[in-house]
This record gives sequence, C-alpha cells and structure tokens, in this order.
Amino acid sequence: MIKLQNISFDHCIKCTICNVYCPVARVSLFPGPKQSGPDTERFRIKSPELVDSTLKLCSNCKRCEIACPSNVKIADIIQEAKWKYLKRRWFRPRDLILSRTDLMGKFATLFNSIVNFFTRRSIVKFFLYLFIGIPYQKTLPEYENGTFEKHFYKNYPDQNKFPDHVVFFHGCFVNYNNHKLGRDLVKVLNSLNVGVNLVKEKCCGVPLIANGYINKAKKNAQYNINSLSEIHEKSNFKIVSTSSSCTYALKNEYSNLLNLDNSAISNEIEYITKFIYDRFESGNIFKMKPVPLRAAYHSPCHLERLGGVIYTIDLLKRIPGLDLVILHSECCGIAGTYGFKKEYYKLSQDIGKDLFRSIETANPEIVITDCETCALQIEMNTQFKVLHPVNILAMAVKE
Amino acid sequence: MQRYETEVIVIGGGATGTGILRDLSIRGIDATLIEKNDIASGTTGRNHGLLHSGARYAVYDLESAQECIKENKILKKIARHCIEDTGGLFVTLYHDNPKYHDLLLERCKLAGIKASEISPMQAMAIEPNLSSHTLKAVKVPDAVIDPFRLTSSNMIDAVERGAKIFTYTAVNKIITSGNDSVGIECINKKNEKIEIYANIIINAAGIWGQHICEIAGIELKMMPSKGSMLIIDYRTNNIVINRCRPPADGDIVVPGDTVSIIGTTSKEIDYDKIDNCNVDDDEIDTLLKNGEDLLPNIRRTRGLRAYCGIRPLMAVSGKVKGRKISRGIVLIDHKERDGMEGLITIAGGKLMTYRLMAEKTCDLICKKLNRKLKCTTHKLPLPGSEKKIPAKQTIKHFSGIPASTVGSTFYRHGQRVHNILTKDKKNYRLICECELVTEGEIEYAIKNLNVKNITDLRRRTRIGMGPCQGELCAYRAAGLFNEYNSTSPEESLKLLKDFLEERWNGIKPVFWGDGLREIELSYWIYQGLFGLGDFGDSDTEEN
Repeated sequence: MIKLQNISFDHCIKCTICNVYCPVARVSLFPGPKQSGPDTERFRIKSPELVDSTLKLCSNCKRCEIACPSNVKIADIIQEAKWKYLKRRWFRPRDLILSRTDLMGKFATLFNSIVNFFTRRSIVKFFLYLFIGIPYQKTLPEYENGTFEKHFYKNYPDQNKFPDHVVFFHGCFVNYNNHKLGRDLVKVLNSLNVGVNLVKEKCCGVPLIANGYINKAKKNAQYNINSLSEIHEKSNFKIVSTSSSCTYALKNEYSNLLNLDNSAISNEIEYITKFIYDRFESGNIFKMKPVPLRAAYHSPCHLERLGGVIYTIDLLKRIPGLDLVILHSECCGIAGTYGFKKEYYKLSQDIGKDLFRSIETANPEIVITDCETCALQIEMNTQFKVLHPVNILAMAVKE
Repeated sequence: MQRYETEVIVIGGGATGTGILRDLSIRGIDATLIEKNDIASGTTGRNHGLLHSGARYAVYDLESAQECIKENKILKKIARHCIEDTGGLFVTLYHDNPKYHDLLLERCKLAGIKASEISPMQAMAIEPNLSSHTLKAVKVPDAVIDPFRLTSSNMIDAVERGAKIFTYTAVNKIITSGNDSVGIECINKKNEKIEIYANIIINAAGIWGQHICEIAGIELKMMPSKGSMLIIDYRTNNIVINRCRPPADGDIVVPGDTVSIIGTTSKEIDYDKIDNCNVDDDEIDTLLKNGEDLLPNIRRTRGLRAYCGIRPLMAVSGKVKGRKISRGIVLIDHKERDGMEGLITIAGGKLMTYRLMAEKTCDLICKKLNRKLKCTTHKLPLPGSEKKIPAKQTIKHFSGIPASTVGSTFYRHGQRVHNILTKDKKNYRLICECELVTEGEIEYAIKNLNVKNITDLRRRTRIGMGPCQGELCAYRAAGLFNEYNSTSPEESLKLLKDFLEERWNGIKPVFWGDGLREIELSYWIYQGLFGLGDFGDSDTEEN
C-alpha cells in the first residue's frame, strides 16, 4: 500500500548507474540499490510478504542517491522498507547500545578512565562479541572526561563579545568522545570573529534510524527541531555542525525519512566547512601560519551526498604548507553503526579495503576526513592518525 | 503437406478456445486447437482482468450477474494461481446519483451477490488513495484474474492430457463434403499447408469468428466495439475500485499483479479495422480524467502503456437489422441455423464465463458425437492451483532465493514453481528485473509453454511488462532464445526487434513524464548503442 504523494521510486528509469556505485553490492550478495529500492518497492506495495531480507545489507551510505540522475531517493526507500517490512526482534541489546549514543556517552563520560580501561581489553571485547555481537576486532571509541557542553560553559564564558554568532550543534561525538574538535572549532570561529552558542540538543537520530528505532528518532528529531528553531527565530543565528551525518539528518532526513516539518531550520543548517568557506569568500579570513604536513583527504559518503566536499577541499587547499593528497572517493565501510555489528564486520572491512590501500599508497603523515566514524575505521585499519578539517584549520590559526 | 485427423478442431486460442480444448481432453475426446497468433493474443489478453462479482451487471442484466457470481466462485477454486482475491468496492462520489447505490445493493441481493455497505471512512481505510469525495461505498467479492495465465494453464492441462495445439497457424479454408464440414486447411508461419480432418469444428475465434464463418460460406455478423485501457506503473490501489453509476467510460481501476489498470472506453468500430486498431488520444484523456475522480493523485503516477481490445459482441439474428446485441453466451449449431453439419460457433460472453461457455459447447459436442460424458471442469483445478498453499510457505521452502523472486514466481505459476525454481544461482538470476522473471522461469516457458517469440514469452512470464518495458530484459531474453530454443543469432535479433517494436507501440499513447524519459533511454540503447533499427533493412534491399 502506498500513499500516492510519495512516489520517488517511480522516477527510476532503470539506468542501473546506482548499482555501479554501490560499495556493498561490489563485495556481497546485496542485489544493489536499484533492485532493493525502486524495483522491489513495486512488489512491497503489492504485498509486504515479498520483502527481501537482503535489504539488511544496505549500509545507507547514500552513494546510490549521489549517482542517480533521476533524483530517486533510493537509500531512503530502502531504509523505510527495512523498518516497515522486515521483522525484528523486540529486544536487541546490541542495537540499543549502539543507537543510544547520547545515553552511553552520558554514562561513560562520568567514569571515562574506567570505561576506556575496560574497552581496550581484549577479554572485555571478547565478552562483548560473545554476548551482544560487537566484533572483537573492532577498536571502540574512547570517552572523554565529562561532556563538551560542561567544558564549553566553563572555559568559554565570553562568547558574547563577538559581533557575529552561530549555534553549534555539537552532536554526540564532540560531546562525549572528542572535545578537541569542539575546542578547535571555537578557536577557528573566534578567530573569524564569530561567537559560538550551544543549545539543548539530543542525538540527531542517525544511529536510531539505522537501527530501526523510528519513534525514538522522531522524538529526538522533534526535540532538536523545536530547540533549534526557537533560537533561530529569536536571534537569526546560523546553525553549524562538525558532523557530516548529523548535518545531513537535520537538513534532509528529518523531512524525507521521518516526515517531520523541518522547514524552519533546514536552510539555516550548514556543515562547518561551508560556513567557514562563505566567511573566507566574503573576505573574513584569519591570518594563517604554515602547517607542514603531508595529508591524505578522504571524503565521507554523507558529506558527498550533502554536496559539501568541495568546500572542505577548498579550505584545506588554502592552508599554507599542507601537502594535500585527495583520495579517490570511496566508502570506508563502517557506515555509522554498521561496522560495529559482527554480521557486517567482514563486509565493512571488505568495502574499505580499496580505501585503506590507497591511503597506504599515498603515504601521508596524517589522514583528514570530516566524519567521526570514518576516522575510527581508518585509524583502525591504517597506522595513520586521522584529523578533522577543523583540527587542521585550528593548527593554521596564527595567534 | 501435413495431414492430421482428430475428433474435434477448435479454432481460436483465447480463454474460450483453450477452455474447450481442456474440457474436451478431460472428457477424453481427441482435440486440436488452431490459433493464427499466440494464445491469449486477442480479446482474452486485452481486457483489464477483472474477475467480476457480477455487481457491475446486476442492475441491468440480472442473468449475466448470476452467471458471473457462480463462475466467480468456481474460478476462485479451480484457478487460484491466476486470481488474486482483492475484493472490490463500488464508490459513489458526490456528483453521482445516490439512488444507483441503493439500486445496486437491492439487485445484488436479488442476484445472490454478497454486497455489503461500508462507511466512506472504512473505504478510505481500505484504500487510502481513494477520493475524499466518497459519499457511499459497497464492498463486493470482485477479484482480479490474469487472462494470460488462465489461458496458458488451460493449454498446459489440455496438452498434458494429449490435445494438440498449433499456434501461428491460420485457417485458410473449411473443407466440406457436400453440406457438411469435415476439416480445415491451414497455413503456418513457414507457409506450410496443414490439413486437419475432424468430425466437428468449433469456431471459438471470438470477434474473428465472422471471418471463419465467411470462409465456410455462412453469414455471421459481429458488432465490434473497442475498449481502451491505461496501465499505471505500479499498484495505486490494492482493491478493485468501481464507480457506482450506470456503466460508462473510465469507471473502474483494477490492480493487476504489479500494476493498476484504468478501464475502459467503448467505441464501435468497423469490422475491417479489428486487426489494426489503436488507442486514441481522447480515450487516454477520458480514462485519466475519470481515473482521477476515483484516485485523485493518479495523474502524478507514470502511465506505462495503453492498449485496446475488441469486445466480441454479436447480433443474435443472422441479419444485422435486429441490432440485438447481447453480452450473454451465444452458441450456434450451424446445422440448425444454416444446414451445415459439423460446425459450431461459440461467441459473445465474457472472460468471466469462459468455463461455462466451454462447458455448454462441449455438452453440445458430446450430444452430437453421441457420447455420454459429464463436465468436470468446475471441480478439477488447473495445473498450478492443485493445492491451497500460502505464498509464505513457498517462500520459506525456497529460502536462500530472494523472497520477492520466489513470491512472484509462485504468484505467476502456482505450484508449478517447483518445476521452475532451483537453488542453482544460474536458475534464479534475474532476466527481467522489473517483474522479477528468472532465467529458470524463461527456460521453463521456452521449453514447456509453447513459446515462439519474446512476445509469447511475455504473455507466459510478464517479462518486459514492468516500468522499463523491455529496455534491458529483451536483450537477455533474446540471448536465452538462442540458448534454449536453438534459434540462430539472426533469428534471435529479429525476435528482439519485433518485441521492442510491439512494446513501443503500446507506449506511444502515453509519451510524457517519466515514461518518456524511460523510452529515451530505451531508444538510446536500441539505436544508439546497438543500431538495431537498421537491422533487417539491408536484407530487404538485397531481396
């Protein structure tokens, strides 16, 4: 059964370009985005019995949507079909843990040294593998001491002095796992004379959507929409985020997938490099010092989908001394929580193989990427440290 | 020249013709069927595939309605895999006369059709895309039937019981001895003459029956009336939606397999135009406009193709002047009517009543042959429908093969799915990605279902009937013809070209929007990549 308003799948002209770009189909039995999306959607409309279990294999990297010349929302169709038609167990502890990034973060940042101590141990990893199915080979993200929010209010009380302001949607990763990125962002924006403001926020919902907790995702999304649109209405601040996936969710998935009205904020949200790029273009550039590093840049799938890669590359190219190698655009395979599931672990490694090899060939000193989970995946599979473009920009700020 | 002898010759491979062939072979009477094209290529395959509950006829033609509901119940049992029991709705929109609604309920009761009134809210819950202008709704036991599968199943059963079928063989002459017809002379695609002798010849050629009578020197006047239909790319509704008003153009939307069909128009045409009639632009407009009344967003969908069929209505009296057109069954023993022994014409009727028509015809044949054999077709299920097995169970049985593929193959072939699918990867790889037709299904069809070209293959399997209309699958199928049917590469290319030309013929009336973009790509592959448009031209020049 279908509502005739939602017929993106019908625009598919079967050109099959998406299949060529699907990283999952290349290494598995996944029949490809065309077959799983628009083609079998016609059958699911006819009878929900005809749903294929191979839908599960889709990692939601959205490369098919980038490739599609007919603007079919292929990944959205597959995501929606997954949670609408595929049977799931009611209680899934692993998925629950993986998708409640904020709950886990809040807990872990309280006892971060203990948590980090344990998650580094192979015996703990083995038990995690045995009991809940998180692959034991995987490096688990480390937690910070306390939340970024707390540190921010403590360390940056004087943001009001700047003439310009933005709202920073920090997302879970900055809040719980990577304060350095948040601090660097404040540093970069402040040197552009832009003050940083935080609002009350919840997890953007990307891991919830991926794991099928749609009602919870909707709740979070509505909370974020309300809180962001409230401050935007009051002050007309732009909203920025350092996470490409969060940005994509806030901007597009809330309306496309969750059917929520985010029109008040969708045009106000920008991925951070686009925001800084606009400042630079209007002449607001901070003084830079050279960053003498050889860096390989990996473009994350969701930033590609957002159309934001050119801005990141442009910014990086402006940094003096930075020897930038732009890697061939490929999926790293982790796709958020996908690579943290034992049933997809091998797949996720296979998908990323080409990327890891090309990083090794580029022989950089560091790798730069915009996405937090891509960074995890690359750090685990190569010997290089991975930084966010904002980290590099902060290194270039001449004080 | 080939010569055959049999007891009964059936002319016409529609639902009625194959139905008669099956009935005869079940009764143990030797029979041969002659069809000038493929089975179900005439009117049988050119309707919207509604399994009437009879409600549509109840108001004006109670007898037809009673016939319908009786056959409806029988077919739901014997032809399960050709039927999807969707149910049907009769909806009264705000500008329709509400009295018709009451009349319908009353007459349905009289005809024995289980019709129950439901509230507009309930109707909207069943069918969310239904117009919000719905005032009243009646639920009736309508369903959908696939005429290709139905005809093909009748054919399989008859052939397995020893009957013979010649497709692409046209009747040239009725051979007579004195006043009696004793056989036919026909000619096949390879221009070979075939003579078949029999005690009785059945003219079940439908609208083409007039021609058959003509060559037998008998006058029989058909009243051809064209009906056009428009196919929507996917199911806009999962239940048959009828407009609750006196029958008119575009007042029904039928969900058939993966698509929905808006039907139908009605235009009288001349008999000499029946072999090349096309859908007119104004018919498309009428269908879309009326379809939009029922399902308001239907214009936003993709029109897949349009097609038309000719209703085999006939004037009952030998002369035209009566103009007494009946939609009931007309069974003519030409011995009584024209003094020609051995020729029987069966005409009129509907797809719905094909089995009844076959039964009546065969009863007459038995009487003439002096055999006391009873009809059992109302009890004996068609091949594929033997057991009532839910799709879920079959999908489970073939675990490992994608559920959508197993489900679709089961939907199309019923229990015969076990003769088609194996867990061999080559077997279940997809040839037609839009309709999920596997290589195994194509191999099965080519080897067992009397398939001569890709268009025939389409009627047996739905290949090329999806959104891309043969854009990709036609090429693969042509290759498989070469593999399984030992056609030469040149012959396969010819089949490919013919098939795509046939597909495009039906797309032409709906050249807009996504359909147009699709066909641009198709054409690019066809001509830009392969240059197929020029294939065959050089041969004719040389000749």
